[in-house]
Amino acid sequence: MLQTSFAPYGMPDPFADMRRMQRDMNRMFAGFGTAPRDGQPAINFWAGQDSIVLTAELPGLSQDDIELTVKDGIVTLSGHYPEPQTGEEATWHRRERLQGRFSRSIELPFRIAPDRVEARFTNGVLTVEMQRPEEDKPKRIEIKSS
Amino acid sequence: MAQEVARQEKREMTETGKDRMAMSFTPAVDIFETNGTTVIMADMPGVAPEDVDVTLERQVLTLQGKVRPHAPEGYRRLSTEYREGDYVRVFTLSDEVDQSKIKAEFKHGVLRLELPRAPEAKPKKIKVRAN
Repeated sequence: MLQTSFAPYGMPDPFADMRRMQRDMNRMFAGFGTAPRDGQPAINFWAGQDSIVLTAELPGLSQDDIELTVKDGIVTLSGHYPEPQTGEEATWHRRERLQGRFSRSIELPFRIAPDRVEARFTNGVLTVEMQRPEEDKPKRIEIKSS
Repeated sequence: MAQEVARQEKREMTETGKDRMAMSFTPAVDIFETNGTTVIMADMPGVAPEDVDVTLERQVLTLQGKVRPHAPEGYRRLSTEYREGDYVRVFTLSDEVDQSKIKAEFKHGVLRLELPRAPEAKPKKIKVRAN
């Protein structure tokens, strides 16, 4: 962090702030990653300025089958795949779709404001947008001259 | 019963030609038979009901779903466990299907297809006469 960069030809670099922001963000998310597990739904993560978005494929589930909890920086997604309605005396030929219960907990790179989580479920895809708490966001400190 | 035409690994990516980055996936299916009806359930998350296409030509059944990209705007990818793409899977049916009674339903990204066997395809009991 302790570095001084001099712009070439003495011109102030208009993109320096933007680049610094990008660098800070990369550092924040460094090392963050998830690995898919057998029998568990696949989850993707997306990064924004001060927010993170989770998308998960949960085909066949309805809103009531999904449970989503956020505590500090840990998001937990659990639920169960509904049993297919087969009727009596069904002969199975193929069973590839996920079944049973699932539960996944993922630690996020930052804390989440629990009151600022927005979740939507359309066509079997869950989208959850989570925001960083206001007090955790990096603040710019103004330096006064005396 | 339904037999798969081209055996593919689950979620295999195949180039679809025209679109440069388009990928298509093999949806996971459940197939079972109950009361003379073959039921196929196929997972197509991200597909809207109006973008599902089911065709039955002779004995060849094709299931297709066009995905609506659901990547959040203004965000960059952080970690990826699944990719988005259209779904295609082809089966050949060994039994004659009563086309007028086929039922297709699409809910929460899952296609449920009911294919009742045609009456003439149902096993008939043949009486053996004793002379």
